[in-house]
Amino acid sequence: MRNPLRSEAEAYRFLWVVIGGAAVIIAAAFINTWLGVAVAVLVFGALGWWLMKEPQPGAADPPPVVASGPPPGTRRVLVVAPPGTEAVTVPDGAEVLVVVPALASTREAFTGTADDRRDEAEATAAALESRLPGARVEVGAADPALAVEAALRVFGADEVLVAGDDGMLEAIRERVALPVSRV
Amino acid sequence: MFLFIASEIMLFGSFFTAYFFIRIVNGVPWPTPPYHLPVFVATINTFILMTSSATMHWATTSIKRGNVWGMRAGLLLTFLMGLAFLIAQLFEYMRAGFNTSDGAFPTIFFCLTGLHSCHVFIGLAILAIMTIRAWRGHFTAEHHHGVEIGGIYWHFVDVMWIVVFTTVYIL
Repeated sequence: MRNPLRSEAEAYRFLWVVIGGAAVIIAAAFINTWLGVAVAVLVFGALGWWLMKEPQPGAADPPPVVASGPPPGTRRVLVVAPPGTEAVTVPDGAEVLVVVPALASTREAFTGTADDRRDEAEATAAALESRLPGARVEVGAADPALAVEAALRVFGADEVLVAGDDGMLEAIRERVALPVSRV
Repeated sequence: MFLFIASEIMLFGSFFTAYFFIRIVNGVPWPTPPYHLPVFVATINTFILMTSSATMHWATTSIKRGNVWGMRAGLLLTFLMGLAFLIAQLFEYMRAGFNTSDGAFPTIFFCLTGLHSCHVFIGLAILAIMTIRAWRGHFTAEHHHGVEIGGIYWHFVDVMWIVVFTTVYIL
């Protein structure tokens, strides 16, 4: 959906669309009140359809692929472990950062239950931290791909290991220009 | 911006809900006899406000092309027309022949038009700051975000007036 007040030029155009819609409703209402109501419903529907149809600038562009690399002479592995993960196997001799995304649906985000998901993620992170000495464990964003993207900005890695399902694996593969495989 | 629009829709929406409740559920004529709405003055005011949107757009397109004087003239004209709208609205209130204590119809009339006038007043304050900044040379073809944002607000205020004018005065 495109914001009709995104820029001054678009707001000015939206004003004329509203004036046109109001003129049509007024004309119909003068003929018959119920015709006016019907036309108002149609105008509001058309306005909503137009706003939904208008593409958001840049929305069709593919998301930028994040490239990342470790400092010379080191091997770094980024592990993505969804909440509930009990154990992960990490390569020996590598610097490891484990990210636990606080997975939450849109409904959970709106109803505030996203906080419960974050609590679960924090509990998983605490458990993994005790089982992986030397590894850093953090809680990430609700979107696993976004959590990986954020982690790679501060932790340049050689590869990404995913302990989640195929959907999570594919979403991360699409987002990063690094080898992504299952733990 | 979406949050701003959503909050404004809820604010105006609550007043419109009261308006439609009074008008449709009660089934009384609008405006309630013996009162009359000054439709002619409101129509003139509508044209003033629509023209002010055009001058606002002129100001923005001017500065985008580097035409500083076009922007200054556009902003000044927009401010003057907004001021004319507000003064005409005040005269309309004084000559309306009814007051908020005269029943539900005058109450919702003053609430809806008054809420919009508050938005115009805020818009005028923004326009005054923009005009002063324009005269001080704060805006260029590359840096004119202040004009852009003020323009969006002003067009939004005009959109709301079209809705208020159509529902309260015409239908």
